[in-house]
Amino acid sequence: MGKSLFEKVWDAHAVRRLVNGQTQLLIGTHLIHEVTSPQAFGMLRDRHLKVQYPHRTFATVDHIVPTNESVEPYSDPLAQGMIEELRKNCADNNVTFFDTNTGRQGVVHIVGPEQGITQPGTTIACGDSHTATHGAFGAIAFGIGTSQVRDVLATQTIALNELKVRRINVDGTLPPGVYAKDVVLHIIRLLGTQGGTGYAYEYAGTTFDEFTMEERMTVCNMSIEGGARVGYVNPDETTFEYLKGRPYSPKGTAWDAAVEQWKSFASDPDCTFDDVVNIDASQIQPTVTWGITPGQGIGIEESIPTISDAPTQSERDSVAEALEYMQFEGGSPIKGKKINVAFIGSCTNGRLSDFQEVAKYVKGHKVAAGVQAIIVPGSQVVAKIAEDLGLDKIFIEAGFEWRAAGCSMCLAMNPDKLVGDQLCASSSNRNFKGRQGSPTGRTMLMSPIMVAAAAVTGEVSDARKVFGFASSGI
Amino acid sequence: MSSTPIKKVTGKAVFVPGDDIDTDRIIPARFMKCITFDGLGEYLFYDVRKTESGENKNHNLNDPRFAEASILVSGNNFGCGSSREHAPQSILRAGYNAVIAGSFAEIFFGNSTNLGVVCVIASDADRKIIASAIEIHPELEITIDVEDYKIWYGDQFVPCEIKLGARDSLLSGNYDPLDELLVGAVEVSRTASTLPYMQA
Repeated sequence: MGKSLFEKVWDAHAVRRLVNGQTQLLIGTHLIHEVTSPQAFGMLRDRHLKVQYPHRTFATVDHIVPTNESVEPYSDPLAQGMIEELRKNCADNNVTFFDTNTGRQGVVHIVGPEQGITQPGTTIACGDSHTATHGAFGAIAFGIGTSQVRDVLATQTIALNELKVRRINVDGTLPPGVYAKDVVLHIIRLLGTQGGTGYAYEYAGTTFDEFTMEERMTVCNMSIEGGARVGYVNPDETTFEYLKGRPYSPKGTAWDAAVEQWKSFASDPDCTFDDVVNIDASQIQPTVTWGITPGQGIGIEESIPTISDAPTQSERDSVAEALEYMQFEGGSPIKGKKINVAFIGSCTNGRLSDFQEVAKYVKGHKVAAGVQAIIVPGSQVVAKIAEDLGLDKIFIEAGFEWRAAGCSMCLAMNPDKLVGDQLCASSSNRNFKGRQGSPTGRTMLMSPIMVAAAAVTGEVSDARKVFGFASSGI
Repeated sequence: MSSTPIKKVTGKAVFVPGDDIDTDRIIPARFMKCITFDGLGEYLFYDVRKTESGENKNHNLNDPRFAEASILVSGNNFGCGSSREHAPQSILRAGYNAVIAGSFAEIFFGNSTNLGVVCVIASDADRKIIASAIEIHPELEITIDVEDYKIWYGDQFVPCEIKLGARDSLLSGNYDPLDELLVGAVEVSRTASTLPYMQA
């Protein structure tokens, strides 16, 4: 019987079985950033251990980097302290650091792929739950805690339980105005925020076959929002085409050998899965979250659920809590909710194709009065290409702020934060209470195009109508 | 590091109601601008406990009757969201050493176990029983018996579950795996030598 990609990569990296039954798993590629690594380096120092495979750890700085000031010291001394600590730890341990002056800094999950560090058939760990992003390349990639960052630094391994594999087939063509972000919000809506616990998600089907690498990354990125620590797509020609010529991609004859090896990691046609889910792409709508978990999403034409719609008491409690926090009325349309802030960026939707798509449609439109709209490139490389293409000018002309690379308003660790109970249309990945920096701030997750539509109309809107999508059938 | 085996956890408990209590709620990201975990206990559940102006909200976590609690009782999917170890670190540093929930997010569960924070699963109905019991008698002693899969409250008990590997690690005191991982160094380099991308 054949094997899935997950099983093949796991087997190739399994070192040995530990006493408690877990596997000692080799982590081929370790990515670190300033928030979850300093304590790990501290633990190493306390135990007089050294970084065992320094050439397999790569660092960048993203969470705390201000997107509107570039000169150090930053106005926030805590942020300055964190970047300096990372610099020192990397220098002391011979770890490659894509610092702010390299032209290669950015959100860790955007930097890895664009540098060619993220490769098929590898294991990738990072002290960050959105590490599944790298699974788009056919890698087994997942988030780890800081004690495990310590373990990887000291041994290049961690102790882990093997996961089950759920194959999610999405077949068919997405309707115009429906994007990879809608696909993943739809999957989480269907399977729930804990449906993926204990599973790796293998995303497949003709929709994924046709997706670009950036679209695949958007979906894999949010696997954890569905409870799945790992999400991946089997590597194919699209994957190899993306990687060819990148700084860390194999070169010359090593490239051909690598491609042959990468192909061999793809799931065998006759392998079996612990679970299979089939989704029809044509049924997916532009999806928006109305609540305080990423599973609380609905199509743009739908109404917000009422408390009594929920089948169980605990679900009724969850709906009631979400409605109260969001200040929404059950049964009211999601369309027309007035927004204060629009944010396009993050490791979910901060890539070049996101900005190209938005630029195509916002040209000629203006951000609505009273709305603050910010666009934040995911990396310095993305920023440079976007600026070379003149996208920044289109955004600025339309009334958006064009910022420097970083995590920005996805979370509350830099100056980009909501204030009070502001409502934000956001292309990021989490709508938890207080996620965007104000304890009462409200987040609605959606695709970058839907954020752009909300920005120019001042309210949650159907981007297909706002931007006049051809043949949308509405 | 081999530590003291954890067979039982005993203490008073506090009920933190709600499903999907995410790691941003456990420790808001704005308190993570730090390079050590020291002091994180102060910010545990900060926005759950405090208003925007810093006053105490009406919540069990601020109730003096539960001030001595060392066990958290909560809902389903506890610890979902980010992989930040800051979450279990803040729980531990605020004086809690166990969580009873309906289910746990995977990364949080692993991070907690590595620190020796005991995470056990109990059904909705059984957690309700415990929550009611401690509401009536906040001084009630709760004992999580890891070995026996039981949660004792007073002289009664409800069953609980814990993942086998985690249970073994707690019972043997090997929940921090670093020493065992270090021992495998030769096998690690052998595995690494079979993978072209691992070569310098």
